[in-house]
Amino acid sequence: MATPALRAALVGVETVREHREDNQASQISDLGNDVSKEKEKRMKVQERDEQRQQTVGEPVVDGDIALSADDVNVHYGDNHALRHITMNFRRNEIVALIGPSGCGKSTFLRCLNRMNDTIEVARVTGEILLEGQDVYSKEMDPVLLRARVGMVFQKPNPFPKSIYENVAYGPRIHGLARNKAELDDIVYASLEKAGLINEVKDRMEDSGTSLSGGQQQRLCIARTIAVNPEVILMDEPCSALDPIATAKIEDLMYELQENFTIAIVTHSMQQAARVSQRTAYFHLGDLVEVDDTNKIFTNPGHRLTEDYVTGRFG
Amino acid sequence: MSASGRSPAETRKLVEAGLKKRNSSEKRFQAYGIFGVLIGMLFLAYFFATIITDGASAFFQTHVKLSVHFDPEVIDPKRTNDPAVWEKANYTKLIKASLSEIFPDVSGRRDKKALRQMVSSGAPFELQAMLEDNPRLMGQTLELWLPADDEVDMFYKGKIDRDVEESRRRVKDNQIVWIDRLAEQGRLEGKFNKTFFTSGDSRDPEMAGILGAMKGSFFMLFVTLVIAFPLGVAAAIYLEEFAPRNRWIDLLEVNINNLAAVPSIIYGLLGLSVFINFMNLPRSAPLVGGLVLALMTLPVIIIAGRSAIRAVPPSIREAALGLGASDVQTVFHHVLPLAMPGLMTGAIIGMARALGETAPLLMIGMVAFIVEVPGTPFDPSTALPVQIYLWADSPERAFVERTAAAIIVLLFFLLVMNGLAVWLRQRYERRW
Repeated sequence: MATPALRAALVGVETVREHREDNQASQISDLGNDVSKEKEKRMKVQERDEQRQQTVGEPVVDGDIALSADDVNVHYGDNHALRHITMNFRRNEIVALIGPSGCGKSTFLRCLNRMNDTIEVARVTGEILLEGQDVYSKEMDPVLLRARVGMVFQKPNPFPKSIYENVAYGPRIHGLARNKAELDDIVYASLEKAGLINEVKDRMEDSGTSLSGGQQQRLCIARTIAVNPEVILMDEPCSALDPIATAKIEDLMYELQENFTIAIVTHSMQQAARVSQRTAYFHLGDLVEVDDTNKIFTNPGHRLTEDYVTGRFG
Repeated sequence: MSASGRSPAETRKLVEAGLKKRNSSEKRFQAYGIFGVLIGMLFLAYFFATIITDGASAFFQTHVKLSVHFDPEVIDPKRTNDPAVWEKANYTKLIKASLSEIFPDVSGRRDKKALRQMVSSGAPFELQAMLEDNPRLMGQTLELWLPADDEVDMFYKGKIDRDVEESRRRVKDNQIVWIDRLAEQGRLEGKFNKTFFTSGDSRDPEMAGILGAMKGSFFMLFVTLVIAFPLGVAAAIYLEEFAPRNRWIDLLEVNINNLAAVPSIIYGLLGLSVFINFMNLPRSAPLVGGLVLALMTLPVIIIAGRSAIRAVPPSIREAALGLGASDVQTVFHHVLPLAMPGLMTGAIIGMARALGETAPLLMIGMVAFIVEVPGTPFDPSTALPVQIYLWADSPERAFVERTAAAIIVLLFFLLVMNGLAVWLRQRYERRW
């Protein structure tokens, strides 16, 4: 089992930095034992790596594969935050990533469109393939990648611009519309798909931030689908919303599934059960189990998964 | 039973016992705060009161009404009609003549000189300028309000006490008699001091104005803004958004913060050695002043700019990056517009500081006595705070009120700039 320090480090970059400083400080304080300590540490890591269990269930499935991860590891500085993750995503499938706080599910999600690039201490190894193309290869431009793999964030974050501009921004920077009429079409179609059009069609020039929380989040979804991505990553999209807004977004996800592959991180097991076809359970940096959602919630293959979905911890 | 083994009633009693002391210490602390604020307000009020009472009278200048005859015999005795001859003519004679009409009883060289000195030595130039504008005035007689000498002005404004012994005041007894007579005849009047806003410096207080200094300051601030704002914003963006976290950047940051605290006269020395001695830029020029002030303002703009950029929530950056905007697009489409009010506030505060800066300008020769109003940033000029310094140093009594008036003008501009900063901050403050 991981140390509390590691658990804290997984929570966020800020903590990672602090932790590193702690490490450095302790290293400086006992320089004499430095070599032996370093050795001990490395052995511990090895031990842990050997201890890791093969992911239970069916992490790698057959079929029309949109996205696949093979032995993905993420290090935040000295901390091995995500270990040996191997799984794949079918096209037009909703996969829920669940697990206790700091288990690495958000980290994994952010690997898929290289949002971890913005964190300087983060280092990603392994292979992630989007339609057979290596996401982390030199040829893959993160700008193009993020146009193909869209993201919806935990807190609704519309730009402080008009509703229209919020949705039009993506198509505009990528040059998806040749003229104003085409751009209008994209904007209205995206808002319609996001189920927001009736609420905002008379106030397109109002600021995106003037909407309610649930509307803002649907605006962010409209903004994401306006770029017409292949995959949509959702990082706890409903954690800041009330149950009614949550229900609306879940309905929306059903409809979006027709056109997009969706990976959603959620803390709500009911939500995972309601919306996803497959569920992946993460625990302290390990991918413990991936299987059909039904199976995960009715007959999990791993004790940790069972403890979590039955609410024994987490 | 609680952990301490006391009953609730006992606990309440203990809390109540300490309550009075706690409340009174709170009140005491508030009283200290109010006292501090009051002291500050008092000084500020005193400062404004003295400046305004001293300076207000400078916006009015005593004028003397004279009937001036543009006498061809004096101006152009040979009837050449040559502008060059008119220009060189002795206009003082015209003033002497009209004064003699009012005071026919004054005789003797010394008295006549004292009489003539009651009208500003700038008055003949005004007459010349009038004739140049309108040659048809030749031969005519006009009732003109001409500026009085600064000492007459001071006496008429009540700033020289007539009960003081004659040897201890600049306005002599006979002049006082004449002033009283002029006043009786309604020939003395305080008029709006247009000269103060339309001319450059002068040795005669009644002819001195702040236009030269104002334009010098304006040119300087323009150069400062054009150089320091783009550079400062670019540096702030780079340091905040693109710079790697390493020792060199840390060192750079420490140095920028230190530069903001370097005494301004050091910047003056730097300007003297680099811009004037090495680059051979003109001395006393607002261009050099602006360059020096730009160097001085840069750290302020960078520091303010960085905090403005840092205040933009990271969620906005993530949103843009997540949509596939490049780093530069993210900065220019989202971060910069949101940080702009903060950036501009920082720039205006920096500019306001630059406007009030005197010391570095002394080093680069902007302290010279310059009568000409500068037309370009390359012309020799002075600046508002330096003009204040120069006038404060002058012995004439009338420069005291002009110093205060120049301070009022400088404070006005500073107030406008700071007001603009506050307005920008409130107008464009965004919520997200």
